[in-house]
Amino acid sequence: MSAPRLSIEALSAISLRDSNRPILRRVSLAVGVGEVHGIVGESGAGKSTIAKAILGIIPSQVRLTGGRIAFEGRDLLSLSRNELRALLGRDIALVPQDPSTALNPSRRIDAQLTDGLRLKRGLSAKDARLRARALLDEVQIRDPERVLMSYPHQLSGGMRQRVLIAAAFGLEPKLVIADEPTTALDVTVQKQILRLIRALQERHGTSVLFVSHDLGVVAKICDRLSVLYMGRVMEQGATADVLSTPRHAYTKALLAANPRYDRPDTGLEPTPPEVIAALRAEIAAFDAGAREARDG
Amino acid sequence: MRDPKVVCAGGFILFLIVLALGAPLIAPKDPLAQNLLIATVPPVGFADAEPGYLLGTDGLGRDVLSRVIFGTQVSLTVAFVAAGLSCLIGSLLGLLAGFLGGFVEALISRLVDVWMAFPPVLLSILLVAVLGTGLHSVIAAIVVIDWTRFCRVVRTETMGQAQMDYVTAARTIGFSQPTILFREILPNVVPVLIALLTLEMGIAVVVEAILSFVGLSVSSDTPTWGGMIAEGRQIVHEGWWVLAAPLAALFATVVAFNQLGDGLARSLDPVLRR
Repeated sequence: MSAPRLSIEALSAISLRDSNRPILRRVSLAVGVGEVHGIVGESGAGKSTIAKAILGIIPSQVRLTGGRIAFEGRDLLSLSRNELRALLGRDIALVPQDPSTALNPSRRIDAQLTDGLRLKRGLSAKDARLRARALLDEVQIRDPERVLMSYPHQLSGGMRQRVLIAAAFGLEPKLVIADEPTTALDVTVQKQILRLIRALQERHGTSVLFVSHDLGVVAKICDRLSVLYMGRVMEQGATADVLSTPRHAYTKALLAANPRYDRPDTGLEPTPPEVIAALRAEIAAFDAGAREARDG
Repeated sequence: MRDPKVVCAGGFILFLIVLALGAPLIAPKDPLAQNLLIATVPPVGFADAEPGYLLGTDGLGRDVLSRVIFGTQVSLTVAFVAAGLSCLIGSLLGLLAGFLGGFVEALISRLVDVWMAFPPVLLSILLVAVLGTGLHSVIAAIVVIDWTRFCRVVRTETMGQAQMDYVTAARTIGFSQPTILFREILPNVVPVLIALLTLEMGIAVVVEAILSFVGLSVSSDTPTWGGMIAEGRQIVHEGWWVLAAPLAALFATVVAFNQLGDGLARSLDPVLRR
């Protein structure tokens, strides 16, 4: 494989509010060109923190304590604000989690779609408008003219998410970060949205970092995945391998906790206590090792 | 925009604007022409009324209706200019404070706190006393006092909007700070701003009337509602209409501005609008 498009090396972060509790523990992962890489984990595992670190929108109570985020070889963490701003929206774009709040409620869709195209891609107002229309076609919105003239609240959740996907992929970035893009949608819409992201990603050769708590969703869309627990990568590899022959006890537990509609007789399995204990021990051992490395 | 409140109040204010602009053509008499032979004549419909003087005459025999009509000129000028300038200054500072936070926010907020500690009417009288009387001074006095209203509300509103996901989303596209503030946040603050602006217009009309009442506004040869109220107060037993006419005009104007602000706040919000 050629050099990865995005490579995260030993990224660590702590929460300043919560007596310096570690949020990320030396997370490393790589997203290749044209590859969809999933990050799965339960809430609080640090999935979103990784996404935010890449986009430079780390909240003030979180501090990155080490590591590198290399995008095509450039360390994003050492870029100035303006350098990062130039990169965002051109090379890296976000598909946000909640389509109901991620669109500006006071502005029509056409204004919101064309802003990025004009400011980041240098299109004229007229060209941007034509491109916005084409983008809505591309995300399979049937009545693009009506949608362009609508305010966000006049659209359904699925429509809004399509608009946001159009906005992200329309900037023709090299990397799209999808932060739980289907969590706020119902299951039937979820499926369409996943298919759409996959189709756009393949057509444009975009790399995607796909953040989700849902193994079922990740299984459908990701080439490779990283399983995260308490900010530590527990298992990493090709999606099919990880899901068919999970090596880590936590991944097995996660798989068991996934509802199986094809086998309704098998109930949901909560994570067994001994697995949790083993995980805690693993995390504690890692923290002890990190402390030793720092102090000794 | 189908809100009956907006239509009625807006229509009334439009009517006032027409009156103010066309006063020389619309007013039946010269508002300054005195005629002591017909002083304190009651409105048409009462005994001893003088035909042609619809709302009667004041103590110097001037036509009350014409004076009320000419009075709209000063009232509306003050309403639009003073409220507009307060809005401009106050909301600009409020946007900056709410968006930038930190030191800028602390500085502007403390300034507003200190500013608001002064009693407003006293401050305006003091200001006009220093600046001298005249329309400019009245406007300056209102702006200097009332920008804080806009600043406070806009600051709070901006702070709230700055936390919203769509602002974060705008950051992840790499928009500049001014772009985010004026293109993304400002449109969401505008409904509140418009409502506040129209309310402020009502307040400005009242403040101007107060300053005219105490003789600190424009010179006495320009008819103002405040000035008419002051004159009417002295002869209220002989001619109540001299007091009642400008008072009713003032009352109706302020109510109209308030209702318009209330209605616009609703109809400008794309989420509340159906």
